[in-house]
Amino acid sequence: MAQSKHEFIERSVGWLIVLTLLTVSVGGLVEIVPLFFQKTTTTAIDRTGKPLNVKPYEPLRLAGRDIYVREGCYNCHSQMIRPFRAETERYGHYSVAGEYIYDRPFQWGSKRTGPDLARVGGRYSDEWHRVHLINPRDVVPESNMPAFPWLQRPVKADDIEDKMRALQTLGHPYTAEEIAGARAALEGKSEMDAIVAYLQGLGIALSNFK
Amino acid sequence: MADFISGFWNAYVMGLVGLSLLFCLFVLMSNNKRETGPVELHGHVWDENLAEYNNPLPRWWLYLFWITLIFAVVYLVMYPGFGNTKGALGWSAVGQYETEMRVAEERYAPIFAKYQGMDVAAVAIDEEARGAGKRLFVTYCAQCHGADARGAKGFPNLTDKAWNWGGEAETIKTTITGGRMGMMPPFGPVLGPEGVKDVVNYVRSLSGFAHDSLRAQRGVELFQQNCVACHGPEAKGTQAMGAPNLTDGDWLYGSTEAVMTETVQNGRTNRMPGFGEFLGEAKVHLLASYVYGLSNQPAAK
Repeated sequence: MAQSKHEFIERSVGWLIVLTLLTVSVGGLVEIVPLFFQKTTTTAIDRTGKPLNVKPYEPLRLAGRDIYVREGCYNCHSQMIRPFRAETERYGHYSVAGEYIYDRPFQWGSKRTGPDLARVGGRYSDEWHRVHLINPRDVVPESNMPAFPWLQRPVKADDIEDKMRALQTLGHPYTAEEIAGARAALEGKSEMDAIVAYLQGLGIALSNFK
Repeated sequence: MADFISGFWNAYVMGLVGLSLLFCLFVLMSNNKRETGPVELHGHVWDENLAEYNNPLPRWWLYLFWITLIFAVVYLVMYPGFGNTKGALGWSAVGQYETEMRVAEERYAPIFAKYQGMDVAAVAIDEEARGAGKRLFVTYCAQCHGADARGAKGFPNLTDKAWNWGGEAETIKTTITGGRMGMMPPFGPVLGPEGVKDVVNYVRSLSGFAHDSLRAQRGVELFQQNCVACHGPEAKGTQAMGAPNLTDGDWLYGSTEAVMTETVQNGRTNRMPGFGEFLGEAKVHLLASYVYGLSNQPAAK
């Protein structure tokens, strides 16, 4: 019985592995790789090419972002407003890719037990966030969000420069002065200050709240 | 639609997609021959005598692959996906969103326009408008003011007659549109601990709360020196600057001595964001009417 090509592949494990990898990689090569070479996904512009006011996180907001990740906020809050009326009426302008260029990793999330936070910046007062994070039920009696009272402790500042330098290698345009002044910017701040600063900066590039 | 940094990526996507489709076509074609004659065995033998026929795929299964291939080609012709092509239908996510918004605008704009042409007081007693206003309120306002609009500590109750900035229809509208920023400076450094206690006791005496009358007496003068600029000589407040009336029994932060001491000592900063730009005039009008109606219930209610 002559050996068919099919049979040859099935019988040589090395070829089977190589050809299988080649086949399954096509999807990623077509759908993922080109995104890294698209202006709307890599620069701070909206889909029409208009520049967006998106800047790398300042030290306090960067620290706040890490607290957001640490506390697992993304488990219940998304940061991605889809272009549907039901979403934009409630949250504001739909999200565009250019808004996330300094989010590593992005916090899009995939579940909304709580509301989307992509444009929460400026929507509530700082004081509201403080009261709400310490005990959500003080302002929203129906809320099932957990309380985060421990956020009133001082924010960890000793690794902020390393974090900024790491992001710098990924292309975040921090200047040497910004990194040098990072620790001072966190001086005397609590984790609450940091996360509130982070939340108040979310989505402001396309926000209607000043 | 993609905006690649160079034309290469357009060709890259088209090339890979095209090659993949052609490869699928090739595989399907080469399996399309209908075998005749006896079916061969695979050549493996397990457990002494178990062997496997080398049957081709069932035809119906093969047709499913053909359908996916045809679907892919039709899809790439109709919709954006083949490099930079826009697709015959001209569909885009944003285009679909804009259509959705336009349809909604046509449907709801006349309703908003009807209410916008009416006086706030008239809209406030319109049953249908109140329903719409309530839905807007629970979406945009309830997080701070509560679903029942009764507020919380630091967030005003909107159902009573006490208004820091004024409860007239136009003022409510201004508040919703532009937001408000209330600021009381800290008086701890000015008055000293004893002075703060004196002033607090005086203010408590105004509402008939338990107080030390000796301290209250001393507090009168301190109040006249430090507090009247905003709260007025009779402590009835100044709505133009959001300074609350201290005699109406309405306490935004609570009326315990501890809270009042904290307020005088450290001051208060309170901010309501402006919703005008987000909501637009029509919704602000409807919301203002709803809020106005909360504390100006018609006699029938």
